[in-house]
Amino acid sequence: MPKPDYLHFFIDPNRCIGCQACVQACTECDTHRGDSMIHLEFIDRAQSVQTVPVVCMHCEQPTCAEVCPADAIKRTGDGVVQSARKPRCIACGNCVLACPFGVPEVYEDRQIMMKCDMCYDRTSVGKKPMCATVCPSQALFFGTREQVEQLRPMSTPVNRFQFGRQTISTRVFMMMPAEPVTRRPYVDVTAAMSEQPRQRAIMLTPAFAEASAGTPMDVDPFAEVEL
Amino acid sequence: MATIPVDELKVIERFGPHRSSVTGLRLSTSAEPDRLVKTHCCFCGQQCGVQLKVRDNEVIGFEPWEEFPFNRGMLCPKGVKRYLQGAHADRLTTAIRRDPSSPHGFSPMSYDDAIAQTASAVARIQGTYGNSAMAVLSGASLTTEKTYLMGKFARVCLRTPYIDYNGRLCMVSAGAANKKAFGIDRTTNPWSDMVGTEVIWVAGSNVAECSPITTNYLWQAREQGAKIIVQDPRITPVARTCDLYLPVKPGRDAALFAGVLQLMIEHDWLDRAFIDALTVGFDDVAAYCSQWTAQRTAEITGVPERSIRQAAEWWGTAQTSFLFHARGIEHHSNGVQNALGTINLVLATGRIGKPKSGYGTITGQANGQGGREHGQKCDQLPGWRDISDPAHRRHIAAIWGIDEKAMPGPGVDAYELFRKIDAGEIKGLLSICFNPKVSLPDNTFITRALEKLEFYVAIDFFLNDTARHADLVLPGSLQEEDEGTVTQVEGRVIKINKAVDPPGDARQDWRIIQDIARALDRPHGFTFASPREIFDELRRASKGGIADYSGITYEKIAQQMGVFWPCPSEDPETGRPVEHAGTPRLFERGSYNPVAKGTGPFYFADGKARFNVAEYRPAVDDVSDEFPLFLTTGRVVSQFLSGTQTRRIGPLVDRYPEPLIEMHPRLADKLNIRDRDWTIVETRRGMITLRAMVVTTIRPDTIFIPYHWPGEKSANRLTVAAQDPISKIPQYKVCGCRVRKATGAPAYAAVLEPQQ
Repeated sequence: MPKPDYLHFFIDPNRCIGCQACVQACTECDTHRGDSMIHLEFIDRAQSVQTVPVVCMHCEQPTCAEVCPADAIKRTGDGVVQSARKPRCIACGNCVLACPFGVPEVYEDRQIMMKCDMCYDRTSVGKKPMCATVCPSQALFFGTREQVEQLRPMSTPVNRFQFGRQTISTRVFMMMPAEPVTRRPYVDVTAAMSEQPRQRAIMLTPAFAEASAGTPMDVDPFAEVEL
Repeated sequence: MATIPVDELKVIERFGPHRSSVTGLRLSTSAEPDRLVKTHCCFCGQQCGVQLKVRDNEVIGFEPWEEFPFNRGMLCPKGVKRYLQGAHADRLTTAIRRDPSSPHGFSPMSYDDAIAQTASAVARIQGTYGNSAMAVLSGASLTTEKTYLMGKFARVCLRTPYIDYNGRLCMVSAGAANKKAFGIDRTTNPWSDMVGTEVIWVAGSNVAECSPITTNYLWQAREQGAKIIVQDPRITPVARTCDLYLPVKPGRDAALFAGVLQLMIEHDWLDRAFIDALTVGFDDVAAYCSQWTAQRTAEITGVPERSIRQAAEWWGTAQTSFLFHARGIEHHSNGVQNALGTINLVLATGRIGKPKSGYGTITGQANGQGGREHGQKCDQLPGWRDISDPAHRRHIAAIWGIDEKAMPGPGVDAYELFRKIDAGEIKGLLSICFNPKVSLPDNTFITRALEKLEFYVAIDFFLNDTARHADLVLPGSLQEEDEGTVTQVEGRVIKINKAVDPPGDARQDWRIIQDIARALDRPHGFTFASPREIFDELRRASKGGIADYSGITYEKIAQQMGVFWPCPSEDPETGRPVEHAGTPRLFERGSYNPVAKGTGPFYFADGKARFNVAEYRPAVDDVSDEFPLFLTTGRVVSQFLSGTQTRRIGPLVDRYPEPLIEMHPRLADKLNIRDRDWTIVETRRGMITLRAMVVTTIRPDTIFIPYHWPGEKSANRLTVAAQDPISKIPQYKVCGCRVRKATGAPAYAAVLEPQQ
């Protein structure tokens, strides 16, 4: 039974608290035999507590599969990109290098690439993926478009991404601020201690994600601006 | 004899902590569970619902319980991996006794002999020195049934006034403040009221790490438009994206609240009608606050004036709001005043007792709420009654079937109890669910006191760090090996269900306590056959008290997925039997309670809430020329309290293996310390050497160390045993320290595993 097509995976790193419940829960999935298929990254712990859970984005045209010399990575009919197939995978790590989202990992002890398959054994029987079920901040959310619109009016789901000249569409959505954001995340305590902090911020807008396919970005979307 | 019998490393070698991992049945993809048991996590006060997978009397995994309304399947990593504490190599499956001739310091013995020896030692101590020479230390991770039994055991069986519990390190500042302001001690609203409110003020709570499930409520509230204010010396994960971050200096919270209230008074951002009709004492508070100009508040607290003004404006002009606090403002020798400061901010706006407007204190332990209500506190009797109140004593003595005059009076707090051990007044100790050698401040003193005990018996499922001093250790039960109730953060009474039987000679704690009573030939009142029987007596004992559980049954809990107390069996107004559904929200206008009797919503005779002057006092052992930096302590998400359980769960240890000293790069540069360098922290009590973690997310005048580790890694070697004069909570959150780079690794680094 395929994953119901009205249910989607939404990631909001803004909500992530770095607790690793997702990673720990992933190891508990019946078929994972104690391994996690996902990981959690601190962006730069020296500078921030910002973390991001890295689950597979399930690309429509998966770069990992395209670069695989052994044709070991398959995409199911309902759009789930699977772990490398056992007899085929040669653990070369091409997919690790190529994936623009940094998802796949080679398990050296078993000489195979394994990654998130959207909890296929759970989603295909109507359950939510383990990570999205337990995530205490719901940085990982699994549900319908309507639910996410109702629950998160200040955010908008995005599933087209631009990496240089490559445009990637994914099954999994990233939550972006619905309006251009002027909220400054607190990074260094000393700024909050100051009477007159520098009024600078990163203006994130979802517009850049909508840039037409194949057009390289000519402005840095992460540039700091004066407020 | 209460010295550690052999070299501590030898004890650790046999009894751990060792790390468990996912192996055997738990790894098997084909092992279907026999059944799923709906229960709750054993760790923090959120008490997330979870289903345990059980096969062959072993918990082999978990399945989310998405129907339970509080967490709807969500769990933190501790909840996910909690089951790995079962079937653990370190588990005590027999009684053990101190034995210096054994290579690991302890020898197994029969359970019956251990009970008999416990009873004869207790009888000898009490016969020689009097009943008060025995003391009991209990805990708030126990079910309410057990906490009730422990209080009764101390008063009725041991006839000692000396019982206290580890909630003394946790909830007492909040409890004392609530009692003074509202006359009742409970969070006022269900957490669901947070979503849809305009402003949420998080005062001294690292929500993301200490009560992770609350994070989703916060983020959900923000998506619906709430502004979030976070007050903390560190940029915690919820502070990172909050709307206003107040980087308060440790120990200055009461000043901040007074400064904000002063601005609200100046701008008349007050609910005058509410203040006049439903409170007393505002004028005294206003008079006190008048000295706290924004400028002075900024100077004292380290929070810039612009942010104090912004906080006052947002808080003052909102229509709905939620304020909650936790140990960050409570773990102070000024802890009650700090909590009262927050309550003044709430009362001044009248935003309480209504949907979307509330106040709450985040409980720490599993039963941080229920564990403080039914008589294991040194001054308390069940139903949140007062052991010094003659009417309360008579009521409980009648339930217990004893002469009121035979009931001891109030005892002393847990720390004072150790001072009495040190002074030789207390000679014998029974402890359960408490690991003071890790968790109490200035724990070098705690070790010294433990060594003076003539007799020490511990009940535990693992040999915890303190129990290494014991003469006898009785093998107790894990949370999943017993049933009973706990009361979680919202005041919701929920049911812990038994999943497996205790292994070997281990047994349920309430059975052990009753076995001791029987062996002492004092079985009266200790013949319960089940937790349900204990709960039924607790219901009767609490009846008519403020924490009235009389209308709660196990069946009602299952049916409603929890029951908010107070839940009386008889209508307090008419006295007629009533099928009460519980009280999710306190202080609603027009509500009736047994103290006010209809005069108003608060639990005082006039029905009015109390403003209390919440005075700022500098911390004891504050920063000085000699010790110029603030030391503050707290938790990390993958560890829990003294780590007796979580330092034995491999995946949790791996996430944050050893304590680190968080410091700002400005401070690190000055001290020539780089990230992960071995670093010495010293206070007036002692010094420890740990690795540094250099991050911009902490005030440059402050360092932070998590406290879950023992011995030479223990932050509580450094902390000061100063206590709040009212609540007796220790001042864990601030003391002066100095820091320097170490010349090399400490000796322990070569011999101890990270979790040891």
